[in-house]
Amino acid sequence: MTPTPLSFREAVREAMAEAMRADPSVFLMGEDIGVYGGAFGVSKGLLDEFGPDRVLQTPISENSFVGAAVGAAAGGLRPIVEIMFADFLTCCTDALVNHAAKFRYMYDGKLTVPMVLRTPMGRRFGYGATHSQSPEAFFLHVPGLKVVAPHSPNDAKALLLASIHDPDPVLFFEHKLLYDTVEERSSGDETVRLGEARVVRPGRDVTLISYARGVTLSLEAASALVEQGIQCEVIDLRTLAPMDVATCIASVRRTGRAVVVSEDCLTGGVASAVAVELGERAFEYLLGPIARVSAVDVPVPSGPVLEDAVMVSSEEIARQAQHLVRSY
Amino acid sequence: MPSESPENPSLAAVSRWRRMLLIRRFEETVARLLAERRLGGTTHLCIGQEAVAVGVCGSMERRDQVVSNHRGHGHLLAKGGDPARLLAELAGRVAGYCRGKGGSQHVAVPDIGFMGSNGITGGGIPIALGLALAAKRAKDDRVVVSMFGDGACATGNFHECLNMAALWRVPLIFCCENNLYAMSHPAEAGLSAGSPTRWAASYGDMPVETVDGNDVEAVRGAYLRLAEKVRQGGGPAFLEALTYRLCGHSRSDARLYRTREEENTWKERDPIRRSGEALRDQGLGEQLEAMKESVEEEIAAAVAHAMASPPGDEALARGGLFAPEETP
Ligand SMILES: Cc1ncc(C[n+]2csc(CCOP(=O)(O)OP(=O)(O)O)c2C)c(N)n1
Repeated sequence: MTPTPLSFREAVREAMAEAMRADPSVFLMGEDIGVYGGAFGVSKGLLDEFGPDRVLQTPISENSFVGAAVGAAAGGLRPIVEIMFADFLTCCTDALVNHAAKFRYMYDGKLTVPMVLRTPMGRRFGYGATHSQSPEAFFLHVPGLKVVAPHSPNDAKALLLASIHDPDPVLFFEHKLLYDTVEERSSGDETVRLGEARVVRPGRDVTLISYARGVTLSLEAASALVEQGIQCEVIDLRTLAPMDVATCIASVRRTGRAVVVSEDCLTGGVASAVAVELGERAFEYLLGPIARVSAVDVPVPSGPVLEDAVMVSSEEIARQAQHLVRSY
Repeated sequence: MPSESPENPSLAAVSRWRRMLLIRRFEETVARLLAERRLGGTTHLCIGQEAVAVGVCGSMERRDQVVSNHRGHGHLLAKGGDPARLLAELAGRVAGYCRGKGGSQHVAVPDIGFMGSNGITGGGIPIALGLALAAKRAKDDRVVVSMFGDGACATGNFHECLNMAALWRVPLIFCCENNLYAMSHPAEAGLSAGSPTRWAASYGDMPVETVDGNDVEAVRGAYLRLAEKVRQGGGPAFLEALTYRLCGHSRSDARLYRTREEENTWKERDPIRRSGEALRDQGLGEQLEAMKESVEEEIAAAVAHAMASPPGDEALARGGLFAPEETP
């Protein structure tokens, strides 16, 4: 059989369509997800197949339609909600944090919330401060939420299906710059469980740990370091909560060095969360300090030169990895 | 609770009187136990508002669902809740509906259609919208009721949800218990429309009623009229019940924002006394006396049962965040 390509955007769309075909309780909610297909065209075509009741286009009322998704989930449906830009999660934080995340625990399992909230995050061509943030770390601090941020199209599809089938609320981040990435479609019914990282490139000298587009940058850095004789192991976390720290520790145990890469800003970011776990649990394997490579602690500026100046680059990742290998 | 029998309407009215008295005595008992420090935490009592709870929640079918707010003990007891299990919940005991994890503001009993009290002002309104969406999808003729106060009418959730409920024509009854104050803030200083019904009437063609919330039979009548329309697929409806909280907002409230004279005029309109007088006029005084005694017995038994139950252990406190892992 000839290999067929799969883009990240198609992967997400296919996962939703397959889940909707298989289970009539699965439905979509969000702004402009119908004819327009969502701001990034992810749900294009689904209105034609499933109709307006199951591709439920909402007015601009983020907190209330996410809250309604929580109620619908508690009432037996399986909503997949799109928030147009991850920056707008601030507008539905009450529904997400006080309701979706807390219901199972505080009502002692009497009400549960099997819903997925998908949202595009990350920089893209100068959208500016309110349309570019990577806020995923906020939500690592919320017990009761699962947080997923895939890198590869095949993982995006498998993980979104796993998220839809999950009995608890899942926040699913899609990096805008990944939508057009394409890879060969994997053989098919491969299932991936939430909470499992993947070693995407083996290496013995230093471990690069990242997720989403940070994996792309880490792989670039790893390739660039080959000619200097440095072999990087690259880990794609895939799920940020629950986080597969064990896979990271196992790798650091072999390499003795770790660079954690996240495209959100540095302070209190995902890289910090990973670094703390390694500092506590892998201290004896570490030959030197853990390096973090993240964006500068400023809102994302719009102008392309300014944006580049504060964002993570593969060069910086390579520099940090090289420094660790040379110095320790 | 004995159900309404058409042959014996006055017996049904007696049973509503009993349910109101049970709620009153429950709330007074909670106040006493708090003062004696046998209960901790905070709680919002509904003394004076029992006719709304019983007139609305007590008139719902078992399969109908209600989403309550922070002042929810009466709603639960009127929907058929067990005072012993509610009190155990307040006391943090395993006999509680949520084994003590929820407390006064976070109780859910989906078996009887009680879909959660809610500690976020206005937070329950979107949940009710989502449940109504699920009810509409299920095509049974279930209705959903959202209970909230005048204070919640100022939230974005209120307006967003009235708008979406009207657009989507879901079987949802918005019920505002207008007790004239949101904590200390007078309704007239919080609602530019003067009455929430003026707002409600502007969302689609929503049927709207305002009723004397201290007259249980009037509340019941208004609720049943609206429920009938909603059940027949007429879309959402709005009920405002004018009432008054004859106690402080929560555990400690010196009630500096209102006068004792105002309170006294409302004491004259005490819903339990009013309904009791009407029933005595019908020659049912003896029944009421017998019921009084049985209420005292039920409350005493509830206290004994709740306080005899142990608190949960550390495993309970740590567990239950997510569904148990399925073994693959
Ligand atoms: C989002 C939010 N803001 C503030 C509060 C604190 N609070 C609890 S109840 C309340 C007043 C609510 O008034 P209303 O909705 O009229 O209900 P009532 O207390 O009169 O029954 C306030 C301010 C809260 N629980 N949630």
